[in-house]
Amino acid sequence: MSANSFFVNLDQIFVLLRNWLVGFLPSALRPAAGVLLGVIAIVCVFPGLFALTTVFERKGLGRMQNRLGPNRVGPYGLFQPVADGIKSLTKEDIVPLSANAAVHFLAPLALVVTVFMGFAVLPMGRNMVLVDMDAGLLFFFAMGAATELSVFMAGWSSRNKYSLLGAMRAVAQMISYEVVLLLSSVAVVMITGSLSLPKIVAAQDQYSGIFPHWYIFTPWGLAGFVMYAIAATAETNRSPFDLPEGESELVAGYHTEYSGFKFALFFLGEYLAMFSISGLGTTLFLGGWSAPLSFLQFIPSWIWFFGKVMTSIFVFIWVRGTLPRLRQDQLMNFAWKFVLPYTLLNLMVTALWRFMGEGWQRWVVCTIILAGAYIVMGRLGMRGEHFGRRSYRHAE
Amino acid sequence: MSPIFYLLAAITLAGGLAAVLLKHLVHCALAVTVAFAGLALLFLELDAQFAGFAQILVYIGAVAILIVFAILLTRGADLPKAGVFSKTWFLGLLIAAAVFAVLGWAVLASVSAIPQQTAIPSVTVHDIGVALVGRYVLPLEIVALLLTAATIGAVIVAMHEKARPRG
Repeated sequence: MSANSFFVNLDQIFVLLRNWLVGFLPSALRPAAGVLLGVIAIVCVFPGLFALTTVFERKGLGRMQNRLGPNRVGPYGLFQPVADGIKSLTKEDIVPLSANAAVHFLAPLALVVTVFMGFAVLPMGRNMVLVDMDAGLLFFFAMGAATELSVFMAGWSSRNKYSLLGAMRAVAQMISYEVVLLLSSVAVVMITGSLSLPKIVAAQDQYSGIFPHWYIFTPWGLAGFVMYAIAATAETNRSPFDLPEGESELVAGYHTEYSGFKFALFFLGEYLAMFSISGLGTTLFLGGWSAPLSFLQFIPSWIWFFGKVMTSIFVFIWVRGTLPRLRQDQLMNFAWKFVLPYTLLNLMVTALWRFMGEGWQRWVVCTIILAGAYIVMGRLGMRGEHFGRRSYRHAE
Repeated sequence: MSPIFYLLAAITLAGGLAAVLLKHLVHCALAVTVAFAGLALLFLELDAQFAGFAQILVYIGAVAILIVFAILLTRGADLPKAGVFSKTWFLGLLIAAAVFAVLGWAVLASVSAIPQQTAIPSVTVHDIGVALVGRYVLPLEIVALLLTAATIGAVIVAMHEKARPRG
């Protein structure tokens, strides 16, 4: 076996493995079995990543805050997620007396199921997408929209004022930022001319010299990516947009009244949403599974995809350890007065980019428009705000 | 008609009936969501991906959320003492039956007016896009104008309290 074909086989190892396993079945059952295997892989891999990420996040946050983080269970506290899982399985499942039992029970299930559905259309490697849909991006956002209702169900059915307040905040925030999320993705669709995620990746999997054609390396793509990242952080209720579960004011927001495994399901749903939204951002702007430099293409495509997703997760954790939480009015003003207008402008610039044709002129024009608008809108938005000198206090 | 169609139809109808018959308003809103989801799945069963996903995105993601928000922000989720069923339910039934009759008549008439297609038409998202900005561009623009007017109207309604001079 030559080195080249070895790397090709390594790239396609999961596809080959699936075909080999399915080969044992009669041919009538093969398509269904192939899909089933894909579903099993998704249902196993992402919760596994979730377990790793929780310990990674606690260790990372600990490092940023000058402490150790979990360090009792296993070497360096690596088995902490196992202990947490066993704990949440054995804890008593408490349903408040005045809660709406049926809705209270359905809410975590609805959340996890809809979040899992999003993974169906993400291309996680070359030929590694569960369903290659013509309208894959639309499917992803349809599933994302369905999670909002489950958050509301959880908050309302608990009959707790903190839960309800948290749910209302969460839904208001998700609606506001979902518009931005959609519109910043539309720019990519305008350039690619397709809603199918594998096609969007294929359009970016080309190289000029050694450099890839990722959309983030264009003016509109960079602006779109930054807006997408802001909206994605808000959409997944991560810090600094974690008002819906702000523990200093709302106990835990919409999942205050959940215990045991139902609480674990909410936790799982939150992290899965992070993975899927990072995966979509990777697919739309960071070239999906394509390699960052042309001579690195021999490394399997799925390593690149998961590497990019985990890098995004690290940035989520980093931002959480860095920025303080916003106030509700700041959150809404930021969404409607800065992020949304800027995303709309980005759409216009994308159209301009599309119709100016090849050449250096479009780079100059688009960059000037976007940078100028950023400066002007930033100045106008900050007018009347007075900031003193920053003061720092370091730990000894 | 496949068994899947009957299953989805049953889900949709059950959701719709529950929305009318349940006593608690939020439960009704959630039941309506089930009916919306059933309709979306019916679209998907007919291979109309775009319509199905748009149905989920718009109706479950926006309309259902709007309904529950409206319920919570207006009357609260408490049950009224006098019962939730209207005294004039018979009139409502009559109107519903009339609307159903008109829709049924229109659908049945269209079967004879438009020749039956034997081949399944394959409509991609691309075709829908071309049709929207090509043949149907005027209706699209009119809808956009209407929505803009509605948005401005909503802003003005919301601003009214603030703009009034304080006596």
